[in-house]
Amino acid sequence: MARVTHLDLANLTIREVNQFLHHELDASQTAQVDIQNPDGKHSIAAGLDMEVTVNILGHAGYFVAGMNKQASVTIHGNVGWSVAENIMSGTVRVTGHASQCTAASGHGGLVVIEGNASSRCGISMKGCDIVVQGNVGHFAGFMAQAGRLVVCGDAGPHLGDSLYEAILYVRGSIASLGADAQQQEMTPDDIQSISELLAASGVAADPHEFKKVASARRLYHWNATERQEY
Amino acid sequence: MCGIVGILLKTEALRPSLGKLATPMLECMGTRGPDSAGLAVFQNTLEEPQRRYSLRAQQPDFDWQHWQADWPDPQLGTLETQGAHASLISSCPVTQVHEFLQLFSADVRLLATGRAIRLFKDEGHPIEISRRCALPELQGTHAVGHTRMATESVVSPEHAHPFTAGEDFCLVHNGSLSNPYSVRRKLERRGIAFETDNDTEAGCRFLQWRMREGDTLEEAIHRSFRELDGFFTFLMATAGKLVLVRDGFSCKPAVVAETDEYVAVGSEFRSLAHLPGIVNADVFEPSPEQIYSWHV
Repeated sequence: MARVTHLDLANLTIREVNQFLHHELDASQTAQVDIQNPDGKHSIAAGLDMEVTVNILGHAGYFVAGMNKQASVTIHGNVGWSVAENIMSGTVRVTGHASQCTAASGHGGLVVIEGNASSRCGISMKGCDIVVQGNVGHFAGFMAQAGRLVVCGDAGPHLGDSLYEAILYVRGSIASLGADAQQQEMTPDDIQSISELLAASGVAADPHEFKKVASARRLYHWNATERQEY
Repeated sequence: MCGIVGILLKTEALRPSLGKLATPMLECMGTRGPDSAGLAVFQNTLEEPQRRYSLRAQQPDFDWQHWQADWPDPQLGTLETQGAHASLISSCPVTQVHEFLQLFSADVRLLATGRAIRLFKDEGHPIEISRRCALPELQGTHAVGHTRMATESVVSPEHAHPFTAGEDFCLVHNGSLSNPYSVRRKLERRGIAFETDNDTEAGCRFLQWRMREGDTLEEAIHRSFRELDGFFTFLMATAGKLVLVRDGFSCKPAVVAETDEYVAVGSEFRSLAHLPGIVNADVFEPSPEQIYSWHV
C-alpha cells in the first residue's frame, strides 16, 4: 500500500536523502516523501526519475529538484539558484521566491514559482514551461531555445535577450527588451497556451491581459558586413 | 567564489550574543571560502579621544607582553590579546599611534582603527580562525564577515577580508574588480597608500576617499557604479550602519533575512538557517544596483 515517508535533514545527509529517492523508493512503495529541515541545503531531491510526490518543508538552497523526471516536487518556502535546473518532465512548484536561473536549460515539465523569480529565469530553456506568479528579474529568458515562460507580474531589464524559439508572455510591465527580442501580436494559439499553463499551475488570471515576446530572428545568421559592436 | 555574512542586531538583548550568532554564519560559508576569513564587529563607541586599534602579529605565538614592555611610552594604552590578535585602546593622537606601529613594530600589523570597530582576520579555514580568535565571545551591535577563496591575488593574512580604510569603516567583497589598478593609480596620485595588491582594497579605499571628500557612503556607492568595473556584492559597515549593494549584473549571490530583532545578510540562505525566528523572517534577494542600509 502506498504510504508517506518522512525524511529529516537535521539527522540525514543530502546524500542519504537523495540515495533513498534514487534507489529505495520503489521497494518502499512510497507515494509521498516529506523532507523536513532543508535549512537552505543544496541539491535536495536532485535527479529524481519516478512518479512520486516530494514535499520539501522549508527553504531550499541551490539546484533543488535539478534534472527532475516524472516526480512532482513542491518546495514550501524559498529556493536558491537554479531550482529545477535541466528539468526533463514532471512538476516543480515553489511556494515562495526563487533566486537566479530558475529551470535553466530545462527540456520539459512544468515549473511554477508562486512568488518572484530573480534574474536569468528560464536561461537557455529547451522546452520546459515556467509560470511565475510574481515578477522576474533581469535577463529572463536569456538565449531560451524552446518552451514557454509565463510571467504574471512584471519583467526586469533585457527580457528575452538573444532569444531563440521560446515564447515569453508577460502580464505586467517590461522594463526593457533584450537584443533581438520583440513584442508580437497575440494569436488564438497563444491565448490557448496561456490558459492551459495558468490552469495547470492553478493561477487565476485573464490570458488576454498578457503580452507576447518572441525572437525577431535577426541574430540567427552572422552578417560579416555589418558593423559589430560588443 | 568567497562568502560574505553580516548581521545587525536591533535589540539590546541580543548584543551580548553577537559573536554566537555571527560565528556559525561565517563557519558555514567556509565551503565558499576555505583559505582565509575575517570578522569585524562594532562595539560600544569609545569616548573621544580614545581609539581602538585592532592588531595582528605575524607569528601565531607572538609574545605580546614582551612587545608591550618595549613600548617607548608605557602610557600608550591598554592591550587585550587573543592569540595572534590584539586590541589596543589608546588616548594618544591617532597619527602618533600609527607612527609607532609603523616604525617600532615590524612584527605587528594594524588591521583597523576606530572608536567602534574591532577586527580579526587571518589565513586558514574559517572554523580554525573562529576558534583561534574566540569569535563567539564577541559582543556588539553589528558584524561583517568574509570567507575567501582567492582568485586574483595571493593567500595571505593581509589579503583576507574585511578591508578597512580610515576609521570605523570596513568592506567585504564577493566578486572581482577588473580595473583595480586604474582606481589605485588615481588614488595613489592623491597620496592614498595601499597595503596589498588586492582588488577589494582598491574598492574599499575608493569609497573611503569619497566619504573623506564629503560624500555619504550611499553617494560614494553611486559614484562607484561608474568608477568600479567588475562583479561585486559589497557588504560594508560603519559605526552606525550596515550597507549592502550588488553590481548591475548581480552574478554574485546575496540573501537578506529581516525580523524585528535583526537583519542578517549571507551569500547563501544556509548561513542564516540557525538564526532565531528565521522561519518567520522576511527573506529576500537584494536587487541589482539598489543600496540597502540598516541603522543601529
